[in-house]
Amino acid sequence: MLRRVRRAHPPLALLAGGGLASVLVLVPITYIVVRATDRGWQTFADTVWRQRTLELLVRSVGLAVVVTTASVVIGVAAAWLVTSSDLPGRRFWRVALAMPLALPSYIAAWAWIGWRPDLVGFDGAAIVLTSISYPYVYLPVLGALGRADPALADVARSCGRGPWWVFVRVTLRQVRIAAVGGALLVMLYVLSEFAAVSIMRYESLTKVIYSSYRASFDRTPAAALGCVLVAATMVPLWFAVRFSGSGRVARVGAGSTRTAATVELRRLRWPITGCVAALLGFSLGVPAWNLVRWTGRGSSTTTWNDVAEATATTLGLAAAAAAAAVIIAIPIGLLSARYAGRCARAVTALAYAGHALPGIVVALSLVFFGIRYANAIYQRTPMLVGAYVVIFLSLAIGAIHGSIAQAPPILDEVARSSGRRQVTVWFSVTLRLAAPGIGTAAALVFIATSKELPATLLLRPIGTDTLATQLWSRTDAVNYAAAAPYACVLVLIACIPTALLTRASVTRS
Amino acid sequence: MLARRWPRVSAVAISLALVMGACGGDDSDGASSSTSIAPTTDLATEQGSLDGGELTLYSGRSESLVQGVIDAFEAETGVVVKVRYGSSAEIGASLLEEGERTPADVFYSQEVGAVGVLAKAGLLAPLPATIVERADERFRPPAENLWVGVTGRSRVIVYNPDLVPDPPASVLELTDPKWAGQVAIVPGNAGFQAFITAFRVTQGDEAAKQWLLDMQANGVRTDIESNGDVLEAVDNGELAIGLINHYYWGALAAELGAQNMTAQLVFPKGDDPGGLFNATAVGITTSGAENPAALALVEYLLSDAGQRYFVTETHEYPVIDGVADPIGYPAKAQLEGPALDLTDLDSLEATQALLTELGLLS
Repeated sequence: MLRRVRRAHPPLALLAGGGLASVLVLVPITYIVVRATDRGWQTFADTVWRQRTLELLVRSVGLAVVVTTASVVIGVAAAWLVTSSDLPGRRFWRVALAMPLALPSYIAAWAWIGWRPDLVGFDGAAIVLTSISYPYVYLPVLGALGRADPALADVARSCGRGPWWVFVRVTLRQVRIAAVGGALLVMLYVLSEFAAVSIMRYESLTKVIYSSYRASFDRTPAAALGCVLVAATMVPLWFAVRFSGSGRVARVGAGSTRTAATVELRRLRWPITGCVAALLGFSLGVPAWNLVRWTGRGSSTTTWNDVAEATATTLGLAAAAAAAAVIIAIPIGLLSARYAGRCARAVTALAYAGHALPGIVVALSLVFFGIRYANAIYQRTPMLVGAYVVIFLSLAIGAIHGSIAQAPPILDEVARSSGRRQVTVWFSVTLRLAAPGIGTAAALVFIATSKELPATLLLRPIGTDTLATQLWSRTDAVNYAAAAPYACVLVLIACIPTALLTRASVTRS
Repeated sequence: MLARRWPRVSAVAISLALVMGACGGDDSDGASSSTSIAPTTDLATEQGSLDGGELTLYSGRSESLVQGVIDAFEAETGVVVKVRYGSSAEIGASLLEEGERTPADVFYSQEVGAVGVLAKAGLLAPLPATIVERADERFRPPAENLWVGVTGRSRVIVYNPDLVPDPPASVLELTDPKWAGQVAIVPGNAGFQAFITAFRVTQGDEAAKQWLLDMQANGVRTDIESNGDVLEAVDNGELAIGLINHYYWGALAAELGAQNMTAQLVFPKGDDPGGLFNATAVGITTSGAENPAALALVEYLLSDAGQRYFVTETHEYPVIDGVADPIGYPAKAQLEGPALDLTDLDSLEATQALLTELGLLS
């Protein structure tokens, strides 16, 4: 027993890395607690203990539950169809179905409200958010299906079980962890979402947080409602931990590249193809149609030079944020996968909780701490990149933790027993095995950063324009035609890592 | 075991340190400043010393509306202006978080409310009376000179003539059952809240509340997020009537072509609060009080050239005499609206409490 504990000593370098990550995730949480209580606990309690707060919470959670459920159903079904069935054109669908991840929610929402203004409210918000969030489930499930051992399904089939039984009893169990991880991201994202719910005119907790700033510059009730949001995230977090199960997920010996048997869809083949095409038509086609409509709609113009400049800036910032987030998430991934540290798990939980806060709250927390403790880099590029890390760290931690957990620890131990230092082992063995997860983390942060708006507006160096800020300033002034090129480029550059993500999940199989 | 517990202990210590630091930092936020700006003589005499100057502007108005006048100011004076654009709410909240450490020298706000909040928090320095007095009396603060209006904007009734051949002349008529379910308001919008504040200030809290209750009983629509969306809904026939600010019409007309506009405007007459004449406003922060370039920018915004820019580009009304009104709108002299000081609109919180009580705001 004693020996086990000693072996579980994390090296100091790792703890230092974990410490940095914990400071970062504490920034927004600390800020909302400080702000929410700065007029005393009575005001805080008055804001939180109102009928209205409960109503809003129910509305936010209701939307999150519906979108998450729909995303899980669509994501799992789509991933299964492109990996295990004889769906025509599977290679094309496999990449295309991930593409909606590249769409900023506001672009999708404007498109839908332009096409179907009658969909305002819950229905519209749920449709828009599902259409762009299901890839958070689809991509990890795609990867999990690729890695899953086909032997289990074969055995079940050879025992005379039908394809439906195999899907429910075997396949679903194999993708459970991936699906739950994706579902958690969707749920937290929907809780924090502001742009789409506001355009679709659905009253949610985040919409009220924004109006609190907008109407009165009053930061206290906004922060108090932020605390409610963070508290609300504890429920799905607990469920996610419960349902992804514990125990070893890594195994050695699944290296065989035997391909799984293809399930024949028979007479459902074409109807199902129609459904997949419709899904893509709704999630990608509607926004594309709207961008074309914008271009033809107005007289305002923009110069290609401005678009090119904003593109270069966006690419640079997104790449820097992706690299920084990965570097900071790796120690947390190692700590929680290899040392089962409670502290690392707490940092992970806080990072997820922070992900449920609306962007404006996180941005103000960074203004608050940045000007006081990081004045030298305040409103400079390093600070902006740091802000992106704070906002999107949970995306990186999720992907990296999973892949490190799947890299068999026995290989570490073998390498260590041959006399290598622990840090060398991580670089030469563990992180190489976890490379697909690290790539996924980088791509997710890259895509999210390129679309980010509220923190970028407040923290960017003056004169730095990203595609998202340019798009915002054009649409704010109703110059739709001038906004369209920025929106197109924004979607296109997010498509590249999205395509790489599908490739990564396929080559892993 | 001890080693494993260490990170947890350190995380707690760090968060405690952050909290304490934050609380310490807060004390300075509320402190008002006694710094004041030395009055300058004339823009022309200042130019020599301004060349090579630099200032940071936080703008709650968007780049496409403001950058042109900044470019002209830079060309005229040689001052380099660094502008941070955002919405008034986000920029205002950000300024409050930054407190006296703010890098901003000047804050240009979409409405008087935001500069009022900053003035109350002690974050604005007094402006020289000579500059403030250039603006018409209705666009300047009655005391202290912590801000000055830059452009004027009127509340209007927008209607679709295809749906409404006989438009209402006053917001007070909109409670008539014949408009049931046909009118949209935007309760979260600052312009709408200023209108309700004006209603309360000039006709009393009870009258304002009664009007809102009657509107609600008449099925007023509150589901449209912004003035721009209301205008578009009216223009394409989804909605009959809306309450917005006048210049949205000019902006959409510039984008779509004035001949393609269906929506038309009514400027309510007399002391109808629905015709409130409000302003965008500028102030100099306490940290910009010593920067002569900051004062020069405020001076430029109130100069003939600065005012003419806004009239042609943003379709707003000038705040000084001798500059022509925007084309296509009634003359400024004909605009009436409720008689009040714009600072009387600072009882915004009472308005929001009323809107919250009626379930129009959260």
